[in-house]
Amino acid sequence: MEFFFEQLINGLAVGGIYALIALGYTMVYGVMRLINFAHGDLFTIGSYLGMTILASYAVAEYLGPFIGVLVLIMMVMILVGIIGVILERVAYRPVRQADRLSAVVSALGASIFFSNLVMLIWGPRFRVYPDDILPRITLNILGLDVPLLRILVLATSLMLMAILYFFVQKTKTGTAIRAVAIDHGASRLMGINVNRIISLVFLIGPSLGGAAGVMIGLYYGQVNFTMGWSYGLKAFIAAVLGGIGNIPGAMLGGLLLGVIEALGAAFISTAWKDGIAFIVLILILIFRPAGLLGERIADKV
Amino acid sequence: MLKHKNTLMVVAFSAAIFSCPFFLNAYWIDVINNVGMYAILALSLNFIVGYTGLFHMGHAAFFAVGAYTAAILNTSYSIPILLLLPVSGAAAALFAYLVARPIIHLRGDYLLIVTIAIVEVVRIALVNNVFGLTGGSNGIFGISRPEIFGFSIRRPHEFFYYIWSFLAVSVFLFHMLEKSRFVRALNYIKNDETAAEGSGVDVAYYKLIAFVLGAFWAGMVGNIFASKMTLISPQSFNFWESVILFVIVILGGSGSIRGVILGAFLIVGLPELFRQFAGARMLIFGAAMVAMMVFRPQGFLPPLPRKYPTHKIKPGDETL
Amino acid sequence: MTLLGIRNLTKKFGGLMAVNDVSFDVEQGKIVGLIGPNGAGKTTVFNLITGNYIPDHGEIIFNGRDLAGLKTHKIVSLGIARTFQTIRLFKNLSVLENVLAGCHCRMRSGIFSSMFRLPSQRREEKLALGRALKELEFVGLKEHMNLKSMNLSYGNQRLLEIARALASSPSLIVLDEPAGGMNDYETQRLVGLIEKMQARGLTVLLIEHDMNLVMRICEHIVVLEHGALIAQGSAREITADSRVIEAYLGIDDEED
Repeated sequence: MEFFFEQLINGLAVGGIYALIALGYTMVYGVMRLINFAHGDLFTIGSYLGMTILASYAVAEYLGPFIGVLVLIMMVMILVGIIGVILERVAYRPVRQADRLSAVVSALGASIFFSNLVMLIWGPRFRVYPDDILPRITLNILGLDVPLLRILVLATSLMLMAILYFFVQKTKTGTAIRAVAIDHGASRLMGINVNRIISLVFLIGPSLGGAAGVMIGLYYGQVNFTMGWSYGLKAFIAAVLGGIGNIPGAMLGGLLLGVIEALGAAFISTAWKDGIAFIVLILILIFRPAGLLGERIADKV
Repeated sequence: MLKHKNTLMVVAFSAAIFSCPFFLNAYWIDVINNVGMYAILALSLNFIVGYTGLFHMGHAAFFAVGAYTAAILNTSYSIPILLLLPVSGAAAALFAYLVARPIIHLRGDYLLIVTIAIVEVVRIALVNNVFGLTGGSNGIFGISRPEIFGFSIRRPHEFFYYIWSFLAVSVFLFHMLEKSRFVRALNYIKNDETAAEGSGVDVAYYKLIAFVLGAFWAGMVGNIFASKMTLISPQSFNFWESVILFVIVILGGSGSIRGVILGAFLIVGLPELFRQFAGARMLIFGAAMVAMMVFRPQGFLPPLPRKYPTHKIKPGDETL
Repeated sequence: MTLLGIRNLTKKFGGLMAVNDVSFDVEQGKIVGLIGPNGAGKTTVFNLITGNYIPDHGEIIFNGRDLAGLKTHKIVSLGIARTFQTIRLFKNLSVLENVLAGCHCRMRSGIFSSMFRLPSQRREEKLALGRALKELEFVGLKEHMNLKSMNLSYGNQRLLEIARALASSPSLIVLDEPAGGMNDYETQRLVGLIEKMQARGLTVLLIEHDMNLVMRICEHIVVLEHGALIAQGSAREITADSRVIEAYLGIDDEED
């Protein structure tokens, strides 16, 4: 039973990170109907940028571990957000009017570009993440030994999600994002600058991915230039699981997928750990293609 | 006149290709062989992606099923690998039928992502040595060479003739199909699924057949691949193989046989010329994909409009 | 003789009764009009007949056979062809190939006979080509046959949809606002075309907002409002019906 709860908390921590990445997919899909394949690589870039900043500017020394990590995450979020905005301008805006396939291939191209850029800059091998920044403490909660890191990772992702949720639901700009997701033309008629909203989404989504990148580095202690692909794919599956385009859906899907994976690996088979997400995806698409929180949309004839 | 010119082009191209063994060394012949194999694979994917417009990025799974079928039956029961060519195709086709059936109604991006999932699940299953047949991550070795009339195909120069004749036959058959109601039906689906169904095309059936036929050919190439390498392992069938095939079809010219062959040369052959820049190669490749979609989304050689012998129809002729 | 019998047809979308207990007959060889204000459920009735939607209730009897639950392509092969309110052509294909799409369900050649160009396949292709040319001539688009269909004028695109529908050898053709977006001259030609279709022995069921056209050519008119049938009869009966007048008066007749 203890093992079960340990795995549950582990799953929630990883699931929180999935959820953060999934939000980027789901927001972009919401406003552009595009799977941003490069999103996973933006996550990787965030991870490596975090590593470089950590190694070169001892943030923790000046600011203490907790504030230091927060500042680090915010710096990475800004940098990756800017890359996201540039990506949209260069690779996606020109093909927005073309057919869907062009955008998909453009996104794949961007993904290949970024992952190889990371490889050229930081090298092809696994890199060790500076892990001495946070104290390695284990807390005892209700009789369970839980590493502090796990709690912090989960808390940080929940906090970021809460901020995003508030922003999208309660602010005027958030309303504009939701409007653009429903109809570009009508939004334009209502005086919304659609291009600016799409740029904003490409600022927010990738910045959350960048934050997730830093957290993955801290959580597992190592990073690799190809990791964006598998994390990206799993996060995308999380977004589909929750209902793509649906922000609470991505949060739920991410946490759920993290838990399913952790429990599946622990109780079914470790060897199939990476397959579990894909099997979940195949099942959900066959039985409930709109996802858990998505609405079914009838085809208009 | 145009027809004449096209025939001339095909003859010139074939002559150029089939003279390769006379002046290229084994290394470059092997490169050309790889181009040929990728070309056949991409042509088989062209049925699904090019003609039908389905976002299928899991083609490596069908290739894998064909290769493993050949490898297992050849190493365990010593069945000649060449005899297994249709068996590999049939196994891949059956597999495609089973996996495509429940997902065939999914649209666009959903299909894309589920086909990625399929190829990943297949790879993980191979690594985990399902049914104890696939040899896990080491794969299967000791696959025999193809033998024809007692002559064994071994060296790159010999494989060259095997692969490129297979390609030539495939191109001929696919070219014939392009002029039939079958590929037309696939094109209708690509243009507008609802209108196709409303005009009397059984959309679900034709999509499935596109998958099955594409997988059949991919399975046969899997067989050729197994006999060429004599050793196969899961990493030959990863997701990136699917991406490369997808990109060959899109950049070459989706739905166009000559475009797909050109695509195979550009994406598999061309990088060999720039091997000294190995590091930046993929970076440039990615950037080129983006640039291509921005500036020439239809690919290098998009399909030509089909010609119909309308002048041969006289007013009084019997009609359908 | 009744070619198409609609019996108690019902379709709900969520809480909305799109079609509510509608029954009417389409007699063999007649031109029948389905009219009603916006949102009356006309197109939904069409989509139910052609199998795009599955009815919640009721029967659609065509030639003595219930169509409910059959797939669209099957219904086409049984002899009901349609056009779409929002034009749905195969944009990137030629005009000729668009019409060949209609021939598809009357052809039999499979992959094997096509790969090897067997004589049966070549003969069938030639027959289909002849048919397609005949239908293009029928609607007056033969000289445009090599154009991409997206390059046709709006009115000609509607005619091409009709040619494509005719090529499937239907006994009933279902036209969803065939005159939509046409100018007066094109509408005139369309009227002539519909009459020619009737002369060929086809039964025509159409939705149209152009009341002039409906009153001129429809021998039987069915009026829907809010998903329910409120009147049916000849043009004269319909124009005298108080409920129809109420439903229509003061209501503009823009397209849906």
